[in-house]
Amino acid sequence: MPFTAKETKRNEKAKDIMNQQPQVPEGLFQKCSKCNEIIYTEDIIANYHICPNCNNYFRVSPRTRLSMVLDEGSFQEWDKDLPISDPLNFPGYITKLERLRAASNLDEAVITGEGKLNGISVAIGVMASDFLMGSMGEVVGEKLTRLIEGATKRRLPLIVFSCSGGARMQEGIVSLMQMAKTAGALKRHDEAGLLYISVLTDPTTGGVMASFAMLGDVILAEPGVLAGFAGPRVIEQTIGQKLPEGFQRSEFLLEHGFIDKIVKRSRMRAVLSFLVASCGEKKLEENEALFNEEDVD
Amino acid sequence: MGEEITAWERVKIARGNTRPTSLDYIGKIFDKFLELHGDRVYGDDGAVVGGIAEIENIPVTIIGHQKGRTIKQNMKRNFGMPNPEGYRKALRLMKQAEKFKRPIICFVDTPGAFCGMEAEERGQAEAIAKNLMELSSLKTPILSIVIGEGGSGGALAMAVADEVWMLENATYSILSPEGFASILWKDSKRAGEAAEIMKITAKDLKDMKIIEKVIPETISEKIEENQEGETLEAQTVLLPTELTIENMDSLAKEMRIQILEFLHQYKNKTIEELIKMRYQRFRKL
Ligand SMILES: [Zn+2]
Repeated sequence: MPFTAKETKRNEKAKDIMNQQPQVPEGLFQKCSKCNEIIYTEDIIANYHICPNCNNYFRVSPRTRLSMVLDEGSFQEWDKDLPISDPLNFPGYITKLERLRAASNLDEAVITGEGKLNGISVAIGVMASDFLMGSMGEVVGEKLTRLIEGATKRRLPLIVFSCSGGARMQEGIVSLMQMAKTAGALKRHDEAGLLYISVLTDPTTGGVMASFAMLGDVILAEPGVLAGFAGPRVIEQTIGQKLPEGFQRSEFLLEHGFIDKIVKRSRMRAVLSFLVASCGEKKLEENEALFNEEDVD
Repeated sequence: MGEEITAWERVKIARGNTRPTSLDYIGKIFDKFLELHGDRVYGDDGAVVGGIAEIENIPVTIIGHQKGRTIKQNMKRNFGMPNPEGYRKALRLMKQAEKFKRPIICFVDTPGAFCGMEAEERGQAEAIAKNLMELSSLKTPILSIVIGEGGSGGALAMAVADEVWMLENATYSILSPEGFASILWKDSKRAGEAAEIMKITAKDLKDMKIIEKVIPETISEKIEENQEGETLEAQTVLLPTELTIENMDSLAKEMRIQILEFLHQYKNKTIEELIKMRYQRFRKL
């Protein structure tokens, strides 16, 4: 199992990064937010940030995500530190952004760049749920558009891991325009005959869901992800009743035909590798991924 | 005069129950109109109307959000809030327009895409996303005119155009001011304050280069004769706030002229030029 060996190494490396990021608190132990079990933090990290007791998926930071998916050390970041945009002069917005930038190791709600997936170059973007709820304003839209355009120009397959509360309210209509901007760039990538894989992670809603997240040639989701146009609370307010269990979750989306596949975190790299290799000239060296019984539903 | 109206007042004007709707403009501006129905997948959404029209012998495709005035009409129109089939019908008719080389004119007037259970089950997000992507490179000129409320992604799905115009009192926003205030300040009662800060008026959006043109809401002079047969101008000077079907003729006439100008201007552009310009229009934002 060559993947497993590599994954282990990657996860060891991920530990260093994990010490700075908020989803898994520092310290030896942690309480699972779902089953309340006290678990070794190390066990959670070794298990792809999934609770070994109840299978609860913890949210992961973009850098951890990249380390779980890409070939070790292959990631090169693009377009870091674009200037802050504040089109509404919204009170306190710039201060808030600057504070967030200083407190996290992120410059915005998405990281973009290129890396290798089993030796094949890919353009990749990963959103950060804890940076203003992963909302999309001008900088997020601009970074993603540059990523897509860069991928089109260099003929790279594109992978975007979405997680977002939707459009960035503080930037008003400019945020809305990012939906059209990214969708337009994707159209060109598509017309160039290139592969775009959208991966939905928890949660993906609003303007992100209604633009690039739903436009993949292949759309994947982690198990149990909440993804939809309107958030559950908005729907409940509109219709005046409670939503059924599992509404807008990955399993619901699969059942209704909106995603291709639910992929466990432990299999994500293998599935992405297979897809990328299947759409390019270069074949996978380690293509056992295809025959893994876990990937057959 | 229009300058004195606050953004929040314009929100209320744009939502006004007597304000002309898409079908009113279509009837007044175009010479003929044949409505076409259905998305060929699930149903026919009453919140979106579409079809083929003629203006000075030029065939065009028209799509518009459609609101109702009475409760009964709004049952059918869902208050102008489309379900996925509304966007799919719009896209189907737009693709048809592309095939037959007809320019497209969209009338935007929606509080937003509908947030209901069935809308999610039938893929509201996918329907909107698909429109954004397809419209970005549709090979025919597209003009979108916001006539009332331009609510969020539900409006944008019909406004990925070569030019976007707005009526003077129309609004175009990321979210309703109530929603904005409730998300950012946890207090939907501060909607008025939110409206002022959000830059949602035609003038603000023109200044931000989000739209190309503001259409003043001039209304038809109301000339009345008194009982002695003297002609006198109506005592009450109608504010632009009171645009209705009764007084919309001069506005419709002006819109007709401007739409014809648009059609003649864009007729001369090559498809490559058109698509490139449309891409740049959104790319720079
Ligand atoms: Zn647990």
